Amino acid sequence: MLTCKDTSRLISEGLDRNLSLGEKIGLRLHLWMCDSCRNFKQQMDYLRQALRRGWAHGDLPAEKPLSLEAQERIRQALKKEKYGHGD
Amino acid sequence: MSNSEPEYWLEEHGSALYSFALLHVRDTHRAEDLVQDTLLAALKGREGFQGSSSIRTWLTGILKHKIMDEFRRQSRESPAPDSPEEAWEAAEAQRVVENFANNGRWRNPLADWGDTEHDFSRDQFWLTIEQCLAALSPRLARLFVLRELWQMETDEVCKELAISQTNLWTRLHRARMAMRQCLEKYLNA
Repeated sequence: MLTCKDTSRLISEGLDRNLSLGEKIGLRLHLWMCDSCRNFKQQMDYLRQALRRGWAHGDLPAEKPLSLEAQERIRQALKKEKYGHGD
Repeated sequence: MSNSEPEYWLEEHGSALYSFALLHVRDTHRAEDLVQDTLLAALKGREGFQGSSSIRTWLTGILKHKIMDEFRRQSRESPAPDSPEEAWEAAEAQRVVENFANNGRWRNPLADWGDTEHDFSRDQFWLTIEQCLAALSPRLARLFVLRELWQMETDEVCKELAISQTNLWTRLHRARMAMRQCLEKYLNA
């Protein structure tokens, strides 16, 4: 019989590889009896879907400005690259 | 200024590239350097831009290559014994164990998150993700980002970062457990 600890690991691995038939059966049996692990699975599915959907839409954390000093430094580096080699 | 000029790219896309870099490397100076490396590479490879994608997408693609280089380099170095990073990683492993009682059951029952999607606005969600990622050790954060955001296949991640599948599964489990706990804290706040 799988423990909750084993189950959480299997649920996580199920997101990374194909589980064997035996593992799937053991998992289903445990989930049938265990509310916490069912909630864990639902939370893992939510995390994956929300991240993938957001990433696909190009959602990102709010933009942070590049400092003026950094901009100036980069501008100089670009200028040097463009004109610094005599071409 | 024409939109094929790197100075224009810097003005128009600099902050977006910087924010993207920051989500991956944490250190503000490293993130600035990555933006610089990206624009320099873009300048050299200007002819390679097809115009079939947007400039932003093209620049982000170059930045992702630079980030991957950085990840490869970092993953080759293990944290030194007794370093803060090693302690951080040990604590993460320990925290997974602490979720469970000796008989292997959850120490505290897990709640139903229900309609979590409706509780988070999009901005809140990403802000939370960003904060939870920053709370992971750099190594776990790298793996989690490559797998869950970049959606790389596991064997690709293993090859790029030279780690075994089993090692990857163990670490992703740790990362997900930590992200779960962190998100829940914000959900309940």
